[in-house]
Amino acid sequence: MTSTATPRAGRDHAPGPRAPAPAPARRRRRDWWGYLYVLPALAVYVAFALRPIGETAYTSLFEWDGLTLATWVGFDNYTELFESGVLQSTLGHSLVFLVFYALLPTAVGLVIAGLMTRIRIRGLALFRSVLFIPQILSSVVIAVAWRWIYDLGGPLNAVLDAVGLGALTRAWLGDFDTALVSVGLIGTWVQFGLCMMLFLAGAQRIPRELYESARIDGAGAIREFFVVTVPGLRTELRIALVLTSIFALRNFDIVWNTTAGGPGTSTTVPSVYVYEGAFLTREVGDAAAVAVVLTLFILVVVGAVMAGLRDRDAAR
Amino acid sequence: MTRRRDAVVSHALLVLASLVALYPFLSILMLALNEPGRRLSGFALPENPSLGNFTNAWERGGFSDALVSSLIITGTVVVVAVLLSVLAGYALGVLDLPLAKVVVGVFLLGLVMPYEATVIPIYHQMKDWGLLGTYPAVILPQIAFSVALGTVWMRGYFGSIPATLREAGMIDGAGRMQVLRHILLPVAAPAVGVLATLLFLYTWNEFLLGLVLLSDNPEARTTPVALSFFAGNRRESDPGTTAAAAVLVALPVLIAYIVAQRKFVQGLLAGAVKE
Repeated sequence: MTSTATPRAGRDHAPGPRAPAPAPARRRRRDWWGYLYVLPALAVYVAFALRPIGETAYTSLFEWDGLTLATWVGFDNYTELFESGVLQSTLGHSLVFLVFYALLPTAVGLVIAGLMTRIRIRGLALFRSVLFIPQILSSVVIAVAWRWIYDLGGPLNAVLDAVGLGALTRAWLGDFDTALVSVGLIGTWVQFGLCMMLFLAGAQRIPRELYESARIDGAGAIREFFVVTVPGLRTELRIALVLTSIFALRNFDIVWNTTAGGPGTSTTVPSVYVYEGAFLTREVGDAAAVAVVLTLFILVVVGAVMAGLRDRDAAR
Repeated sequence: MTRRRDAVVSHALLVLASLVALYPFLSILMLALNEPGRRLSGFALPENPSLGNFTNAWERGGFSDALVSSLIITGTVVVVAVLLSVLAGYALGVLDLPLAKVVVGVFLLGLVMPYEATVIPIYHQMKDWGLLGTYPAVILPQIAFSVALGTVWMRGYFGSIPATLREAGMIDGAGRMQVLRHILLPVAAPAVGVLATLLFLYTWNEFLLGLVLLSDNPEARTTPVALSFFAGNRRESDPGTTAAAAVLVALPVLIAYIVAQRKFVQGLLAGAVKE
């Protein structure tokens, strides 16, 4: 018995280091075959998303009207856009929209969620469904609705008239002084519900003990908000800021369907410039250059948000 | 005492926020329900509610064609993108592929890329192929962006399924495709549903690609593009008809939302940033 057992044990042991050696080699060769599953998605993605981005960057180095032969100009499109002030002005409008579309709804959502950490909310599901409605509507529908609200004969001016502020009434989207802020507030309206619900859902997961110990330390509501609620919502803050920032910086649909960049160029953002340059004024190289700058700008902002609000336990 | 006051204040705030969220849609609904051609202002409620504006908008705006276009485009994009995303997400999340991290990183890039960065070459490409004004012109680029989100999403989901589950299948001698179809996909059905809902919403509401690639052909325009043209043509429409058109365009999505609220809410909360 022992004599048969020993060789068996020996055999079990001996191939041990050797047996796995061919296995990974074989598996690795087979694993490339697994890419057959990835190939269809990757092919479409490369052909209709990645490659066009490269072509846009290449086009930005030419002077081109979209029809005749293009002329190589190197980085001239970029320097001209900078010297004429187009880049600064369109990106400046984007920064204003970043405040209205991203920072403001995040702040509103955070404060409201902070107020509600101490209580149980009844009918949360219903509130959530209603607060999400701005997110699901087409931006063209949103633009039509707000054009009416801001209209000379619309509800906003009617309210101002009714409370004796008739002097303030105006066509809000057609006025150089108010167009940018008016379009900005549409974005605040689109995003505040999403932010609120993200933070309310996140706040439910903050351990109660943290609040109790803060209260034992004598923290008031405001201190509690900054010491417990805000740090506890790190992940939700990051999600909210990334989503709303991308929306703020792209923002073609709402601007195009409310003001189309006007009056003058007072609400022209990079995406509107890209559309106009590429398809209306036929300065395709300029438009491509703005598209490249916009893309880089989005990457920088998203990267900054991700880096600034990284999970503390980044073990994942 | 303060607790009770907190509760009242909080619920009042939620009600107020809900009214703010609802008001713009309600305001165009009220506007649309007025009799056609009536001079309107401010908060006036419709005195003699009428559907006249809706029939006018429907007839003049070409919305029946637009609805068909939107259904075909959205349906194709969602089905194809979900299928491709499930396959790619499965391979990248479960099979031990070499360089998987790099490939996933490349897909992640697609989550932040704007259509603005691709629309110029895509327009010229489609023009060369003679596809301007046809469905494939918008379907192909929308699938491309959708599979970026979808692959990242499905990979995250498949990766979170316990390995023991699929190993049980492997031991039974099932191939990779069988493991996916018979073991993983049934478990992943809810995640696939949320993904499909999210892609439906994005595709249905997409505007820039439709505007650039479909404008030439009124019959192929999607509902947002048709509405944009209809609302922009001030001579042809008064506020009441424009509002009615906007309500008509919003209706299919609102109905889908009421039917599948939970999926929508989950999708929007999880958002485009799973990573």
